Amino acid sequence: MSAAGAGGSAAAKGAAEDGQWPLWEVFTQGAQGAPHEHAGSVHAADAEQALQNARDVYARRGEAISLWVVPSSAIVASTPGDAGPFFDPGNDKAYRHPQFYKVPRGVKGL
Amino acid sequence: MTTIPVAGAREAAIERPLFEALLRLADDRLVLGHRVSEWCGHGPILEEDIALSNIALDLIGQGSALLRLAGEAEGRGRDEDALAYFRDETGFRNALLVEQPNGDFASTIARQFLFDAYSVLAWDQVQASTHQHLAGIAAKALKEDKYHWRHSSDWMLRLGDGTAESHARAQRALDELWRFTGELFEGDAVDAAARGGGVPLDPPALEARWRSMVVDVLERATLRVPADGPSTRGGRKGRHTEALGHMLSEMQIVARSHPGATW
Repeated sequence: MSAAGAGGSAAAKGAAEDGQWPLWEVFTQGAQGAPHEHAGSVHAADAEQALQNARDVYARRGEAISLWVVPSSAIVASTPGDAGPFFDPGNDKAYRHPQFYKVPRGVKGL
Repeated sequence: MTTIPVAGAREAAIERPLFEALLRLADDRLVLGHRVSEWCGHGPILEEDIALSNIALDLIGQGSALLRLAGEAEGRGRDEDALAYFRDETGFRNALLVEQPNGDFASTIARQFLFDAYSVLAWDQVQASTHQHLAGIAAKALKEDKYHWRHSSDWMLRLGDGTAESHARAQRALDELWRFTGELFEGDAVDAAARGGGVPLDPPALEARWRSMVVDVLERATLRVPADGPSTRGGRKGRHTEALGHMLSEMQIVARSHPGATW
C-alpha cells in the first residue's frame, strides 16, 4: 500500500513539475459483454475532459463502445518486491487450475 | 450598394439553387476545417492537439462529401478537388465567422462554439432531406458535430469560469466574433428555392434555438452575452473579409502549383 501512496504522490508531483494536467487511466470495452481493458492514459483537468480526451485518443477508430476513465492516483499497484510472495506459490499447485474437466464441444468463451 | 456583378451572381445563384445551397454547407465546413487544422502540432497539450485535429478532419470530410454533391448538382464536371482548390475567394460561399483567423485558443474555441451550435441545428433540419445522399451526410455529420459541440461548450465553461485571464480572453473572443453570427441565420431566395430542391434548411428558423443553446452555456460560464450590434455579412454572396484570401493562398498552393498531381 505504501507503493500506491508513493505512486500517487509521485504522479501528483509529476503533474506539478512537468506542467501537465493530472493523469487518468483509460479502459475501453470493445464489444457488448466484453470486459473493459486498459488502453493507456491521458492527461485531463477533470473527469469530463478525461472522458473526451480518452475518446479522441483511444476510441476514434471505432475501437470501443464504452469508456471508463479512472484517476491514475486511485490505482493501487503491487510492487516488484511483492512478486515472490504474491505470485510464485501458485506455480506448483496444479489443482488450482480447472484443467481436469472436459469442456463440452461447442462451448465458447471459457 | 448592390453592384452589377453581385446582382449578376445573385441571379445565377437562383438559377442553380441546389448547387449554391450545397456550396454554402460545404464551404462553411471546408474553411473551418482548414482553420482548425492550422492548430495541428500547436495544441496546448498533446490530447487537445489530437482533439482539434480530429475535429478538423471531421469538418474537412464533411466539406469534401458536400462538394462532391455540389459538383454533381452543377453538372459541369467539377469534382470536390476542383471546387476546393480551383475556386477563387469570390467563389466561396462560407459564412464570414468560419474564415476568421484562429487568434488565441479562446478565439478558436469561441468561433467553434458559435458555429457548432448552429451546425447541430442545421444538420438536424437537413437530415430530413429527400435527397438520399445528402440526408446520409447530414445524419453522420450531426453525430460528429454533437461531439464538437460537447467539446467546444465544455471549453467555454472552463475558460469563462476559469482564471481571470482565461475569462478575459474568452469574453474578448466572444465580443469580437459576435457580429459575424447574424449572417448564419439569414434567409434568402436561394435557400427558399433549394428547399424545394431537397435541402430543407431554413436558417432564420434556427436562430431562437441557437440563442438559447449559446446563452445557456455563456451564463453558466459567467460570460456576458454580447449586445447585438450591426452584423457583418457577405460570405454567402462571395464577399469575404481579407482573412479568407490569405487562408486560401496557403490551402490551394500545392494543388495549383502541381495540377493533377497524385501521391
